[in-house]
Amino acid sequence: MTGRPRLAVWKFSSCDGCQLSLLDCEDEVLAVAGAIEIAYFPEATRREDDGGHYDISFVEGSVTTPHEAEAIKDIRARSTTVITLGACATSGGIQALKNGASTKDFIDAVYAHPEFIDTLDTATPISDHVKVDFELRGCPISKTHLIELIAATLAGRAPQTPAHATCIECKMAGHVCVMVAEGKPCLGPVTHAGCGALCPGYARGCYGCFGPKETPNTAALSARLAENGADRRQIRRLYSTYNTNAPAFREEAKAHD
Amino acid sequence: MIDAQGLDALIAALASDGREVFGPVRREGAVVYEEISSSDDLPKGWADEQSGGHYRLRQEGDAFFGATLGPQGWKRLLHPPKQVLWRTEGAGEETKIIPEPLDTTRRAFIGARACDLAAIAAQDKVLTEGPYRDPQYAARRANLFIVAVNCTRSAETCFCTSMNTGPKATKGYDIALTELEGGRFLAEAASEAGAAQLAALPSRPATADDEGAAAAGIDRARDQQRRIDTDGLPALLKDRPDHPRWSEVAQRCLNCANCTMVCPTCFCTTVDEVTSLEGPETERVNRWASCFTVDFSHVHGGAVRPGAKSRYRQWMTHKLATWVDQFGEMGCVGCGRCISWCPVGIDITEEAAAIRKGGG
Repeated sequence: MTGRPRLAVWKFSSCDGCQLSLLDCEDEVLAVAGAIEIAYFPEATRREDDGGHYDISFVEGSVTTPHEAEAIKDIRARSTTVITLGACATSGGIQALKNGASTKDFIDAVYAHPEFIDTLDTATPISDHVKVDFELRGCPISKTHLIELIAATLAGRAPQTPAHATCIECKMAGHVCVMVAEGKPCLGPVTHAGCGALCPGYARGCYGCFGPKETPNTAALSARLAENGADRRQIRRLYSTYNTNAPAFREEAKAHD
Repeated sequence: MIDAQGLDALIAALASDGREVFGPVRREGAVVYEEISSSDDLPKGWADEQSGGHYRLRQEGDAFFGATLGPQGWKRLLHPPKQVLWRTEGAGEETKIIPEPLDTTRRAFIGARACDLAAIAAQDKVLTEGPYRDPQYAARRANLFIVAVNCTRSAETCFCTSMNTGPKATKGYDIALTELEGGRFLAEAASEAGAAQLAALPSRPATADDEGAAAAGIDRARDQQRRIDTDGLPALLKDRPDHPRWSEVAQRCLNCANCTMVCPTCFCTTVDEVTSLEGPETERVNRWASCFTVDFSHVHGGAVRPGAKSRYRQWMTHKLATWVDQFGEMGCVGCGRCISWCPVGIDITEEAAAIRKGGG
C-alpha cells in the first residue's frame, strides 16, 4: 500500500462494542489515526460514506436483515481487504440463538408493532455471504489483537493471533485451573486464545467468547464436564452463547439437545 | 536439626543476602511458588489430593511442607513464559539492536522436591549445555540458591520412584530439609554456600532417632501408586507408531497443551516479532510454545501433525524415548503434573503401559 490506506468501519447487527475497541485504544489511537486514514467510521466521525474504494474495511456484526445481506456485497466490492471484528461478524453472535427457532414467534413476543420488523430467519457470519480476508475473534475483540492486526496489515504480514487454546494463556498467566482445582465448568480447552484468560483469572470458567480454537475436541470436554456433574442442559447452554453458531460449538450443543 | 525459627532465620539470611526468596504458598485453591518472607507464608497444615484431572487441598496435620507439588514448577521462574530477547531502535541503516540485559536477580527456592531438581537438571542440559545456550537461563541458574525438601508423602499421581528421580534429593541443591513431626527439620548441606548458611542457623546436632525418622518418612513417600516400566521403553515406543492406543488417547485428548505448560522439563519456545504502530521499533519476544498446537508443526503447506493422535504421540515419545537420544536420559521426571492438570485426566503412566502391552 502506498500512502495512508483508507479505512472504513462498518456496522451490521451487533452491540458496537468491538468497533468501540478502536476508540478504546487511547494511547495508540493517535498512532492509528496517523498510520491510516479513517475515511468512514460513524461512531467516531461525521464523515459519510463517499461511495468510493476502501483499502481496509473493518466489519462488525452479523447479517440479520435482508438489507444487510445486500449491503455486505457492496462493501466487499469496494474494499481491497475485508476484516471482520468480533463474534457477531465471525460466527453470528449471541443473536444467532434465534437460528432454528421461529423468528415470527420472537417478533410477536418482543415488538409492539411486528409489522415494522423486516428480518431474516438467521443471524449469520459475514463469511457466509462474502469472502473475508481475516477474522478477528472475541466478544469483544482484544485491543491488543486489534493494534497487532492493524500493525500487521500495514506491514503486509500475518497478525499474531494464535488459534491455540485459552489454556496456554491461562497457564502463562499463572492462574490455577478452575476445572481441575475446583471442578468448575470451563470452555478454555476448546476456546481460541486472545482474552488473556480473563475469567479464570477471576476464578470463573471460560465462557468461550473467542469461539472454537483450532482442532477443538468438544466431545471429550463435554464428557468430562458430565463426569464433573454438569447435566445435558447445562452443557448445551455452555456452548450456546456468543459463538452459538460457530460450527464446533453449534454441533456440540446439538449433541446435548 | 533446625525448627521453624531456624527456617525463618534461613529465609531472613537468604533475603539479606540480596535474594528474592520463593516458596510454596496457598493461592486459588492450590500450592504455587511465590515470594515468601517467613515460614508464616508456607501452607502449614495443608495437604494435597491429586488424581487424573483433579486437585484439591485439604487441611491435614501441621506440616509446613505437607502439600506436595502444585500446578506449575519452578520453570516459570527460571524459564519464564515470556521474555524479551532484544529490541531495535532507529530505522534503516541507523537500526540498532539492543540486547535485553541479563537477568542477574539473585533468587532462592525453598521447597524444591527431588523430581523438580531432576527437572531443573534436565533443563540445564537443554538450555545451557548444548549448542543453543540460553544466556538468560544460565544467568538465573548461576544466581540461584536451592533449599530442597525431601518428600515424606507422595500424591496419588507421583511416580518419581520408577523414574529414579526421588523422593529423596540426591543432587542439585544447596541445603536439603526433611520435615519431621512437630515442625522440626533434618538439614543437610551439599554445597559450600549451603554449609555456610546452615552453620549460621540456630540448630542442634541430629540424633540417630532423628535420622531414622527422616529415613522412614522418605521411605513412606516411596510407596507410590503409579509407575512407568522404563525397561526397553524407548525402543518399544519408537517401534509402535501405529499402535491403536494412539488413536484411543486422541479421542480423549483436548490438545489444549496443559500437559506441556505444567511439565517441568518441557522447554519449547517460539519467537514473536512485535512491531509498533508509531515507529520502526520492534521487539523480539520469546514465549512458551507447545507441540499440541497446529502452529508448532506448521511448514509450507500446513501442519505436519494435524491432530491429537500425532501430537500426543510426539509429546510422549519425546518424553520417554527420543529425549534419551538427544540428552542421554528420559525427559520425564515422574512428577505427575501432566496427569493432575490434564482437564480430562489423561495418564502418561497408563498410556505407556498400554503401548507396552502390544497390539500395534
